[in-house]
Amino acid sequence: MAVGKITFTKTEREKLAEVLWLLNWISVVTGAILFGLGLFLKIEIQKWQEVMSEQGILYVPHMLITTGLAACGINYLGSKICLDCADTNKFLRWKLVMMPYIVCTFFFTACVLAGALMCYSVRSQLEESLYLGLRNTMRFYKDTDTPGRCYLKKTLDLLQIQFQCCGNADYRDWFQIQWVSNRYLDMTDSAVVDRVRSNVDGKYLMDSVPFSCCSTLSSRPCIQHNLSNPAAHAHYDEQSQQLNLWRRGCQQALLDHYTGIMQSIGLTVLLIWLFEVLLVLTGVRYLQTAMENVIRLGDPESESEGWILENSLAETACYNFNIIKNLGKCYQVDDDPNINVPTAAADREVPSHQVRVNVAS
Amino acid sequence: MALMVVKFDLKKRVKLAQTVWFMYWFAVLAGILVLSLGLFFKIELRKRSELMDNNESHFLPNLLIAMGLIACGMNAFGGKVCYDSLDPIKFAKWKPMLKPFLVFCLGFNALLVVTALLCFVMRIPLQFTLAEGLKNGMKYYKDTDTPGRCYMKRTLDLMQMEFRCCGNDHYRDWFEIQWVSNRYLDFSAKEVKDRIGSNVDGQYLMDGVPFSCCNPSSPRPCIQHQMTNNSAHYSYDHYTEELNVWRRGCRDALLSYYGGIMNTIGALVCTLNPLQVAVTIGLQYVDSSLSTLANPEDIESESEGFLLEKTVKETFTDIMAKMKAMGKGTKVEEGGEEGVATPQEGGFSS
Repeated sequence: MAVGKITFTKTEREKLAEVLWLLNWISVVTGAILFGLGLFLKIEIQKWQEVMSEQGILYVPHMLITTGLAACGINYLGSKICLDCADTNKFLRWKLVMMPYIVCTFFFTACVLAGALMCYSVRSQLEESLYLGLRNTMRFYKDTDTPGRCYLKKTLDLLQIQFQCCGNADYRDWFQIQWVSNRYLDMTDSAVVDRVRSNVDGKYLMDSVPFSCCSTLSSRPCIQHNLSNPAAHAHYDEQSQQLNLWRRGCQQALLDHYTGIMQSIGLTVLLIWLFEVLLVLTGVRYLQTAMENVIRLGDPESESEGWILENSLAETACYNFNIIKNLGKCYQVDDDPNINVPTAAADREVPSHQVRVNVAS
Repeated sequence: MALMVVKFDLKKRVKLAQTVWFMYWFAVLAGILVLSLGLFFKIELRKRSELMDNNESHFLPNLLIAMGLIACGMNAFGGKVCYDSLDPIKFAKWKPMLKPFLVFCLGFNALLVVTALLCFVMRIPLQFTLAEGLKNGMKYYKDTDTPGRCYMKRTLDLMQMEFRCCGNDHYRDWFEIQWVSNRYLDFSAKEVKDRIGSNVDGQYLMDGVPFSCCNPSSPRPCIQHQMTNNSAHYSYDHYTEELNVWRRGCRDALLSYYGGIMNTIGALVCTLNPLQVAVTIGLQYVDSSLSTLANPEDIESESEGFLLEKTVKETFTDIMAKMKAMGKGTKVEEGGEEGVATPQEGGFSS
C-alpha cells in the first residue's frame, strides 16, 4: 500500500519536471539567503565578542552558513537533474544519482530545521556568556595600559552609549569595582588612602559611574559622582534621578538585541524549511518514482505512478531497520548458507539433452 | 552646408535608433539616481534643521529633485520616440513635437551644468548658517524647560557624540556660555555666588564641558570639570592632554559631512551630463536621418543625418532674425491701429 500514490501522464511528468526546475532555482536563491543570514549573524556576534566570555554561540551562524552553501550546491544539481527528467532518454544518465540526491536533500532539510530550532534555544547560553563577559570587561575597564585589555574601556563606553545601558544588571554594579586606574590616583592624598583602606581588597571604590552611563534624555547636566547621596546635588529629586543615567543593564540590552535578531532569522529559516520540504523534496520524490516506474514499464509514452513511499510507513521502517541490522551482521560468518556445503561429485552431473520444440507454421 | 553630416542606410538607422533607445534607459536610471540623491540630501538637512536654527536653504535639494523628475520624464519620452522611429507611421505622430523637444533638451542640459556648479558653491552659505545655528544651539542648551527649545540639549548631546566634536570651533566655546540651568544651582552656596558675581552678565560660567564631549578612546576616566586647573586632577596637564575630550569643533565636523554629500552629488551630476548631451545628439541624428529620406515612400532608401541644418553662424543669424521678426510683429500691429483711429476722430470734429 503505497503512501501518497498519484498517476502521471507523460505531459504531466514533463510539466512536473519543468516546475521542479524552477523551484530548484528558487531554492538556490533561498540557500543564498540562508548563507547571507548566517554571515550577518556571525558579524553581529563578532562585533561585541569582547563582552562575551566565550563564543560558543558561533555554532549557530556556522550551521546556517554551511547549510546555505550545501543548499545552493544541492539545489543547483537538482535543477540540472529536473531539467533532464523532462526527457526520458536523458533521465537514464541520472538514474543512479537520483536516490542519493533525494537522501542528501532530506538530510539537508533536517539541518535547516535544526538551524532554525537552534536560533530559539541559544538564549540561556547567551545570557550566561554575557553575564560573565560583562563582569570581566567591567573589571578590566581601568587596565588601558595592559596589552590585550587596552581597548576594553573604549568598547564598554561605546556599548553603553549605543545600547543606552549602564553596568551589568544595574548602574550600581559600577560601585562594586574599581574603574579608576591607580595611575590616576594620588596615593599621597589622605582621602584616597582612607578609601583604599576602608575595604578588604584595597580597592578604590566610589559611588560614581563612567560618563558613558549618562542619559541624553535627562533635562539637567549629568550627575556622575556621589550618586548614593541625592542631597549633595541641588534639587536632585526622584524624577531627576530616574532620567539622569541609563536604567537598563547592558546584559539585558544585549540579550534583547541578539534575541530579536535570532528570532527573526529563526522565523525566516523555518519558512525556508517549509518551502523546501513541502514543495521541493515532495516534488522531486514524486518525479523520481514516476520516472523509475516509466523505465520499469518500458514504454516512455505510458502513464506511470509516483509515490512518496512504496509501502506503508510501518513496512518501510521495518525494511530499513532490517537493512541496518543486516549491515551489522556482515562479519558473522555462521549464518552464511553457502559455506561448508559439499559440492556435487562430477559423475553425478546430468548431461544436458536436446529438447525438440514444435514451432507452429 | 549642414553641420557634421553622416550618411545612413536602413541598417545604420536601425542600429542608431536601438543604441539611442538603450542609452535613454541609462539616462532614465541616472534621472532616478539624481532624484533619490536630492531626497536623501533634503532628509539629512531636515534631520538637523534644529542645529541650523531652521534657517537652512532647501533650494539645492529641491532643485535636484525637480531636475531628477524632469530628466526621468524627458528621457522616457525620448526613449519612446526612438523606439517608435523604426515604424514610420508611429514616428509621424511624434515628428512635429521633436524640434521643440530638442530645444528643451538643450536648455535642460545647460541647467544641469548650473546645478552641478551650485552643488560645489552652496557650501559657503551653509557654513554661515551652521555657525549661527550652533552658537544659538549652545546658548539654549540649558533651556530644557522652555517650550520650543526643550529638545536642544538632547539634539546637541547626540550630535556631539555622533560627529565626535565639541563646541562650535573648539571645546573652549563651552567655557563662555552658561550651560547649567539656574534651576540646578544652589544659590545659597558661596562658590556659586562668587562665580556669578565674578562676571558682568551674572552668568554661571565654568571651565567644564558636557559629558557628550568626552572621548571614549581616552585611557583615563573623562575629566569634564575644572579642565584648565592642572592641580585639581592627579597627573593631568591640560596643554598636552589630547584624548580627553573631542578636539574638533562641531561646525567643522558638520560642514565636512554636508560638504562631502554635496561634492559627491555634484561629481555625479557632472558625470551624468555627458550622457544627457549624447542622447540629445543621438535623437537629433535619428530625427534628421528620418526627415531627409531620398525617397519618402521607401523606408529602405538612404538618408543623411546632421547635427545642424545650416552652419553654426547661419543658424545663429536665423534665430536672431526670428526673434527680431517676433519683436517687430507686435510694433506693426500697434502702428496700424493708430492709423485707423485718427480719421474717425477727424470725422467727428466737423
